[in-house]
Parts: sequence; structure tokens; C-alpha cells
Amino acid sequence: MTERSLTFTLNGQPREAKVDPRVHLGDFLRHSLGLTGTHIGCEHGVCGACTVIVDGSPVRSCLMLAVQIDDCTVETVESLGKPGDLSPLQQAFAANHGLQCGFCTPGMLMTLEAFLRTTPAPTEEDVRIAISGNICRCTGYQGIVQATLDTASTKANRT
Amino acid sequence: MKAPPFQYHRPQTREELGTLLSSLENAKILAGGQSLMPMMNLRVLAPDHLIDINRIPGLAGIRETPEGIEIGAMTRQADILSSDVVKARLPLLSRALEHVGHIQTRARGTIGGSCCHLDPSAEQPAMCAILDAEFIVTRPDGHRIVPASEWFEGLLQSALGEQEFLEAIRIKPWAKGHGYGFAEYARRHGDFAIAGGAALIEASKDGRITRAALLSFGIEASPRRLSDAEAALIDQPIGKLDLEPAVAAARALDAMEDVHVTPDYRRHLAGVLIRRALNEACTTLERQP
Ligand SMILES: Cc1cc2nc3c(=O)[nH]c(=O)nc-3n(C[C@@H](O)[C@H](O)[C@H](O)COP(=O)(O)OP(=O)(O)OC[C@H]3O[C@@H](n4cnc5c(N)ncnc54)[C@H](O)[C@@H]3O)c2cc1C
Ligand code: FES
Ligand code: FES
Repeated sequence: MTERSLTFTLNGQPREAKVDPRVHLGDFLRHSLGLTGTHIGCEHGVCGACTVIVDGSPVRSCLMLAVQIDDCTVETVESLGKPGDLSPLQQAFAANHGLQCGFCTPGMLMTLEAFLRTTPAPTEEDVRIAISGNICRCTGYQGIVQATLDTASTKANRT
Repeated sequence: MKAPPFQYHRPQTREELGTLLSSLENAKILAGGQSLMPMMNLRVLAPDHLIDINRIPGLAGIRETPEGIEIGAMTRQADILSSDVVKARLPLLSRALEHVGHIQTRARGTIGGSCCHLDPSAEQPAMCAILDAEFIVTRPDGHRIVPASEWFEGLLQSALGEQEFLEAIRIKPWAKGHGYGFAEYARRHGDFAIAGGAALIEASKDGRITRAALLSFGIEASPRRLSDAEAALIDQPIGKLDLEPAVAAARALDAMEDVHVTPDYRRHLAGVLIRRALNEACTTLERQP
């Protein structure tokens, strides 16, 4: 298959790449760019582990082709924080036991990161609906929901 | 799994799209990809060509026209859900969209994609059926308009021909203050519904029904209007409605069987949900002073 060239912004940096059109965005991030923070679970849109942010919206990277991010802005979990310098949402996940095995965590974080930008003061129900498309087999969701509510209220108190 | 190989096309205009549709064999249009990509990743579908229509200008957007509200085929479900025009004038569609997938699928998924894919329990085509929407179709020699009553040709089968694509959906809003109700049953929020029901009513100043529409979806291969039960509602007083004809009509449908539920249970749900939808329509109806 003929490869296509694309230009895009990834985690704030302008990038160029070539890609085979049948490669989905999640595989492209992991295998071509070496950003293995994004996890691939089901590859048919049901688990949410692969969620990244494209042009401000949370999307399933297994259902988008890499060629489709041409001229787009992509954010992955690597854009949030680093070990020792976690983002507020990541810190809240750690403090509230919002993760155990961590497989669902990148998708949860990117979904909630995008969600909190548009819904800075969510109710518990809002948060539960926001993560209805993300499956976690470990935590029972309670810690994830609490971490999100804590992040929102800490931010509200600071500003 | 991964999608099988295909050739990728990204037309920039409707003309380019038209040329591709009339020249390529075994081609599929790629809209939001939220149904097509899973089917390709699962290898249920293996098109030779994928025609990505995400970059064609003017295919997305919500416009108020004298003939009704026109929603471009490529309008994302998230944008319809957050539209004030849709909230105010097509409240039933807004209400139904809350049940369509999750924030990630609504960010990409389009109303046009859902209406071309035609899953039997999809909410958007069902709302088009109860609202008597018109499907504006673009074809090599211009446009044609397909009424909702002729759009559904069976399981996953729309009236769209091979060289045609869906341009927009046009819906005439019901009168200001009309009553609307929606109910569905799914195992988890955002999952495809196992069954659903919807109702629309208008009433006179003295509280009698002057216009009604009733629909069950997820029961048969296509959403189904309950026309006789609609007629039976006319002239009935709100508050003392006889709901039984609607419930009986829904329970008499030719229900599908699948791994989740038996036809009997699905028929039972159809009755329960149409009753809930109709009751809700009575409560959302704004009484004229
Ligand atoms: C986890 C998950 C949950 C979901 N839950 C629901 C749910 O609860 N309810 C629901 O209704 N849906 C649900 N869906 C499906 C919904 O998200 C899809 O958006 C929708 O079914 C298809 O729209 P699309 O824009 O993604 O179309 P695509 O997947 O891109 O295309 C679907 C089909 O329509 C054709 N097509 C698309 N646009 C056009 C056009 N303009 N002209 C001609 N042909 C066209 C394509 O060729 C393809 O055959 C869910 C999906 C996922 C992954
Ligand atoms: S890997 Fe994308 S939703 Fe599961
Ligand atoms: S922490 Fe293990 S799946 Fe969520």
C-alpha cells in the first residue's frame, strides 16, 4: 500500500511522518512513534483504553486512522505529567487509588482531562457518565470518580 | 485485530466524491468511523477503497431553513447534543442523543453515519422516523429527497443507491411546547439499546390531543411507527389517556431474537417503553394558557 505523508502537532510539538493508511492512530503512536503510554485493549471501540485527545475532543485511537490526524493536534497521556512531576489529575488518581493494574488508566486520564476542560465543576453523576465508555476491571470506579471530583474542587479552590 | 488493507481516498469536494463513488468498486464512505472501523478491525468488512468524507466542506452543520431544520450528514453527535437550536426545537432528538454511545464515540460519530448504517436499535434513525425526517441524497445528476417512510429497507439497509451519498437530514419541528417522551432499555448507559420507545404529542387549548406520533425501535429490523395507535390518541384528553392501544400495538410487533433476549421479552419491553414514553410526553407538554 502507498504510504501517505502527514503533518500534525503531537503534545505541543510539530511532527511529520509517513504512514500506511490501514494503521490506526493507536498503533501509530505506539509502534511508529514509540509512545507506549496509549494502551490498546479491544481494538473495536468498546473499552476506551486507547483514548487520546484530537483537536480538543477525546477519541478512540483504535477507531481513527493515523492518516486522519493530518493537520490535527493530538495529545496523549505523555503530555500530562512525568514521574515525580505528575499532573493534578494524575496525583489525584494516585491519592485516591484510582488505579491498580494501570491498563485502563491512560484512557481514563485522557477522557477525564478533556472532560474537565469543558465541565470544570462536574457532579458525581456527570463523571460517571463521562467514563461510561471506559472499562476498568480493577478499581470498581469509585477511586477514579473521587479523583476526578477532587481535581475539580482543588482547582476551583485555587482560582 | 487490524483492518485489512485498502486504498485511502480523501476527496476535498462533493464533485471529487461523486467521481470516486461512480468509478470505484467495493468502496465504502468513512464518516465518523464508529461503526465502520470496528467492523473492519473485526474483519466483518473488507472494502478495497475507503473514501474519507471528513474534509469535504459544508457537509457538517445545523441550519434553520423555511422547510425545517437541516442537519448536515457529517454533523458530529456531540455537536447535535450541544446545539441550542436542536434543544429548543427538536427536544426529542436531544433527549435521544444522550443515549448514543459515549463522549468519545459522539465526538467522532455522525448523524449521517448512523442513518446510513441503520442498526435496528440506533436512536438517531429512529428519531428521524418518528419526526418524519427527509433524507437529502446527492447523486451524480443532482439531489433526491427520500421521506423517512421510504428510507428503511431492512436490517442495515437504507434506500441509498451505490453512487449516492447522504447530504443532510431535514426535520420539521413540531409546534412550540409539544410533548415529547423517550425511553429505552440497555444493560449499561451508552450501550446499544435492547428496545426503545418514543412519543410526540400536540394538544388543543382544552387539553385534547390534536396530533400524535408513536414509535418502537430495537424490536424489529427497522424502527416501527404505531400508526393505528397514533390515530386512536386523537381527541383524547391529556391526563385521562387510554394507553392500552399503544401498549398493545407495541406488544404485537414481530420482535427479533438475539443472544440477549427472547422475542417475548423484547415485546414485553416494547409495551413498557412505549407506555413510559407516552407518559413522559404528557408531562413535557406545555399547556397552552
Ligand atoms: C462503544 C460504542 C457504542 C455505541 N453505542 C451506540 C448507541 O448506543 N446507539 C447508536 O445508535 N450507535 C452507537 N454506536 C455507533 C455510533 O457511534 C456510530 O457513530 C454510528 O453508528 C455510525 O456513524 P459514523 O459517523 O461513525 O459512521 P461510519 O462508521 O463512518 O459509517 C457507517 C456506515 O455508514 C456509511 N456512511 C456514513 N456516512 C455516509 C454518508 N454521508 N453517505 C453515505 N454513506 C455513509 C459508511 O459507509 C458505513 O457503511 C456505538 C459505537 C461504539 C464504538
Ligand atoms: S482499544 Fe480502542 S476502545 Fe478498546
Ligand atoms: S486499573 Fe486495572 S483495568 Fe483499571
